[in-house]
Amino acid sequence: MVELVMNLFPARTASHQLSLSIGGLLRFCRRYLSVALVLVLWQAGAQAGLIPSRLLASPVQIVHTAWSLTLDHTLPQNLLVSLGRAGAGLVLGIAVGVALALVAGLSRVGEDIVDAPMQMARTLPALALVPLFILWFGIGELPKILLVALGVKFPVYLNLYKGIRSIDPKLIELAKTLGLSRWKIIRDIIIPGALPDLLVGIRFAVGISWLMLVVAEQVNADSGIGHMMMDAEDFLRTDIILVGLAVYAVLGLLSDQIVRLAEGRLLTWRGRTAVQGGTR
Amino acid sequence: MSANPLTKAEFELAGNAVSIRHFTRRFGETTVLRNLNLDIAPGEFVALLGHSGSGKSTLLRALAGLDTVEEGQIDRPSAVSVVFQEHRLLPWKNVTDNVTLGLDGKEWNAQAEAILHEVGLGHRLEAWPLTLSGGEAQRAALARALIREPKLLMLDEPFAALDALTRLRMQKLVLDLWKRHDCAVLLVTHDVDEALALADRALVLERGEIRTEVEIPLTRPRRHADPVFEALRERLLHALGVTS
Repeated sequence: MVELVMNLFPARTASHQLSLSIGGLLRFCRRYLSVALVLVLWQAGAQAGLIPSRLLASPVQIVHTAWSLTLDHTLPQNLLVSLGRAGAGLVLGIAVGVALALVAGLSRVGEDIVDAPMQMARTLPALALVPLFILWFGIGELPKILLVALGVKFPVYLNLYKGIRSIDPKLIELAKTLGLSRWKIIRDIIIPGALPDLLVGIRFAVGISWLMLVVAEQVNADSGIGHMMMDAEDFLRTDIILVGLAVYAVLGLLSDQIVRLAEGRLLTWRGRTAVQGGTR
Repeated sequence: MSANPLTKAEFELAGNAVSIRHFTRRFGETTVLRNLNLDIAPGEFVALLGHSGSGKSTLLRALAGLDTVEEGQIDRPSAVSVVFQEHRLLPWKNVTDNVTLGLDGKEWNAQAEAILHEVGLGHRLEAWPLTLSGGEAQRAALARALIREPKLLMLDEPFAALDALTRLRMQKLVLDLWKRHDCAVLLVTHDVDEALALADRALVLERGEIRTEVEIPLTRPRRHADPVFEALRERLLHALGVTS
């Protein structure tokens, strides 16, 4: 259709597209104008001595610090440690969440045994368990990974369980008339039908994994982005703290984009329908 | 034939595609179907009419094996397919994979393609169900039912949700497919004209019993203006409690 229109009105379409792209550029600039303005004011304030660097480092200083931290390998090394913890916790938490949701979603007995405790446990703030985790698992890698896994498992469980339960019973009925075995019903109907909800759960899980990691690394750690920031606090290095914050922000954005990309790939059948909200 | 003795079900069925004897279905206090008897001959096209709540769906569910038979006896072929009012295609499988759902092996893909061509969907083999129109989706559902070569094809108000023109086209398609595949058909509908246009025999189900049974001795394609058609129509409408 678009091609057809282009062929019919080549000149007009080209100029139309041009004006569109200029308009788009203007809008793009406008959206980031306020951000740029804040940055400029921030920098000006710091240079005029209105913002003491003890409280807040200037943007230029932050970029400079980030660069030197990269050169002396502090940032990459700590980043790698943090990524490893978040990744291990995510994998573990998703595995546990999926397993529990399958048990609860696929059988009534499983629902009675698993769902009630999960619904109760989810109201507990996971971060409040930090002291207990330190007592139980010490201050090594294990409590950090487990803390991430604990936070991750709830959104995965809740969304996948909801997804399994909200599958249209008419599709199951159809499968029975076609003589599908229970295993095939699970494989061909329940799992693909609940996949959108699982992916929504994973998106929340990724966000939560960073949150859990920040706390775990700031309470007791000798490496990781959180540790780097706590260390900087002792020396009043607000620039390093802000670099850490920026890294967390970029990681959060990137991981969210990765899950969105996976959604686009796995859910091609939905076409361009919007991503629905989930349960956190 | 003598080499393999008939199983019990086949013996009971001898000569019939479906045989229902003294079938009663209760839900708690309410009796939905009462002492129902029905035979459907191989290759016969039977239409089942009735108001909502007359027990049509219950009978269909029992015949589809979705419900347990506690009182009475139902003998049916093992190859039974159902097309529901909603297409019930899995949105995450393309049309071909929906048609071969539950059938293992690559060799079914060629068969699916052939049958999709037959129902007029040869151009949408790889399409996602969400991109199909209502009529196309029902064609895919028909293909999914027919690929199993059923001895009994049940259609549960399959065209009720379609627009009038699409419905006429689909009725013609069903007739063509029925002739070619030579299976018994049980069409549940509340459209008297649809029943008269398609079926060999029309039954009216009322309060759990078959109250009226009408043979339709007309050759197809049938004309609504035919006086016999008109008379049968009056009779069925009367049985359904509609008086003109």
